[in-house]
Amino acid sequence: MEYFLEQVLNGLQLGLMYALIALGYTMVYGIIQLINFAHGDVFMVGAFLGYFGFAVWGLPLPAAILLAMVACAALGVTIERVAYRPLRYAPKIAALISAIGVSLFLEYFSSLKFVFGPNYRVVPRPFAEVNWKIAGLTVTNIQVIVFVVVVAMLVLLQFLIYRTKIGMAMRTVAVDHNAARLMGVNVDNVISFTFAIGSAFAALGGILYALAYPQIHPFMGIMPGLKAFTAAVLGGIGIIPGAVLGALIMGQVETLTAAYVSSQLRDAIAFAILILVLLFRPKGLLGRTETEKV
Amino acid sequence: MILEVKDLEVYYGAIRALQGISFSVEKGEIVTLIGANGAGKSTTLRTISGLLVPRRGEIFFQGQKITRLPAHKIVRMGISHVPEGRQIFPNLTVKENLLMGAYTRNNRAEVEQSLEEVMTRFPRLRERAKQLAGTLSGGEQQMLAMGRGLMSKPTLLLLDEPSMGLSPLLVEEIFEIIKSINRQGTTILLVEQNAYMALQVAHRAYVLETGRIVLHGKAEELRANPRIRSAYLGEVEEQDGV
Ligand SMILES: Nc1ncnc2c1ncn2[C@@H]1O[C@H](COP(=O)(O)OP(=O)(O)O)[C@@H](O)[C@H]1O
Ligand SMILES: [Mg+2]
Repeated sequence: MEYFLEQVLNGLQLGLMYALIALGYTMVYGIIQLINFAHGDVFMVGAFLGYFGFAVWGLPLPAAILLAMVACAALGVTIERVAYRPLRYAPKIAALISAIGVSLFLEYFSSLKFVFGPNYRVVPRPFAEVNWKIAGLTVTNIQVIVFVVVVAMLVLLQFLIYRTKIGMAMRTVAVDHNAARLMGVNVDNVISFTFAIGSAFAALGGILYALAYPQIHPFMGIMPGLKAFTAAVLGGIGIIPGAVLGALIMGQVETLTAAYVSSQLRDAIAFAILILVLLFRPKGLLGRTETEKV
Repeated sequence: MILEVKDLEVYYGAIRALQGISFSVEKGEIVTLIGANGAGKSTTLRTISGLLVPRRGEIFFQGQKITRLPAHKIVRMGISHVPEGRQIFPNLTVKENLLMGAYTRNNRAEVEQSLEEVMTRFPRLRERAKQLAGTLSGGEQQMLAMGRGLMSKPTLLLLDEPSMGLSPLLVEEIFEIIKSINRQGTTILLVEQNAYMALQVAHRAYVLETGRIVLHGKAEELRANPRIRSAYLGEVEEQDGV
């Protein structure tokens, strides 16, 4: 029983990190109907920049995190500007191919010796891992940090989208670019802003991930990226609460599979979910089944 | 002259939707653009508000050239476009839709005052302020679209088929509101298939056929014009009974 509950806690930690990444996929999809396949790689860049800031350049941890988030926001905005905007009203497949190109570019460019280098790096712990025994359960300080940070970000995002002017503009751009333009919304700026937020969240996710699983490398974004994408699809792509729900489910399924079935199956089960959702409920758990607006 | 359109030519890909049209709107007027489905009325409005870029021709608003300015800048200059089919934001509340109409304005107190004015003009919007706009009826959605259009305090209001799909009673109501908005100082360019009603409220009219202006004049002159009577008003009278 305790073992089970500890696995659930581990799954929650993983799911919350997936949620942070999944939000970026789902927000971008909601606003320009594009799967940003480079998103997992922005997560990777975030982890590396956090590592460099803290472990190599000797910045205080909060400064290193902020630096990584701001730099990744700029990276996300640049990716959209260079690789997606010129193709915005072209057939969807063009932007999708472009996204895959950006993803591969980020992975192999990061692998170059004078960038991050091709090797695994061990991330030094900025603080010791502490275990607490609560009612017979072991809870780590890392789990608590992940929980607090991700929940704070979710609250912040909710506030941004439902209580601010730019958030309201984002909701209108998600419905109809031209109708938003007629209100005076600069649609390009709103899209850039969406990429900035999503990418900053991915960077934060990367740093939390490196904190929990302290090893980083240039291809580390692929798996969490694909799983967060699966989470977004599972919850209903374009729907923000869906991304969180999907991510929490993915975290549990993956952790419990590893604990009770086989740790070799953890990835396979994640993608089996993706296939099943696409086959039987392509709109996702929270998606409405009405036909999509073209 | 508040709006001057000169020799406008607009394409959708290879299709030439506007074949070089010219017209103007004076301050304080209601000018209507009438014509059959597909004549190019909506295209004209979309080009004025900056959603479409013309291949040739110029548009001047209060003496300034606005051709090729992006739509979000044109709103700021004082042109508000209430598009065909309302295009309200169904996922936003009624109040949020109205606030979106004031997106270009930053003075909160003034925006609140406009909100008050619009809700007084359209009492049903006040009743439904907290409801999602997608739950409104067609007539309410049209009122929301018009109210939203007024929230930017436009000098020139572009209305695209405000009577579309509404019951005769609601059509009457909408046209009364158009007249009252105009009396309070807003210049209006009105696009309608319902030529009968449009010619009742407008001061002047232009008749559009397949991307060309074929006739223009005072509204009462066009109402009396035999060609208009048979081509546009006859049809409309039959439709009224449906
Ligand atoms: N998005 C579009 N793509 C291609 N052709 C269009 C598009 N919108 C309108 N058209 C064509 O342009 C012409 C004018 O259309 P429109 O301005 O909508 O007419 P109206 O508003 O008078 O009914 C029509 O022939 C129509 O088929
Ligand atoms: Mg039309």
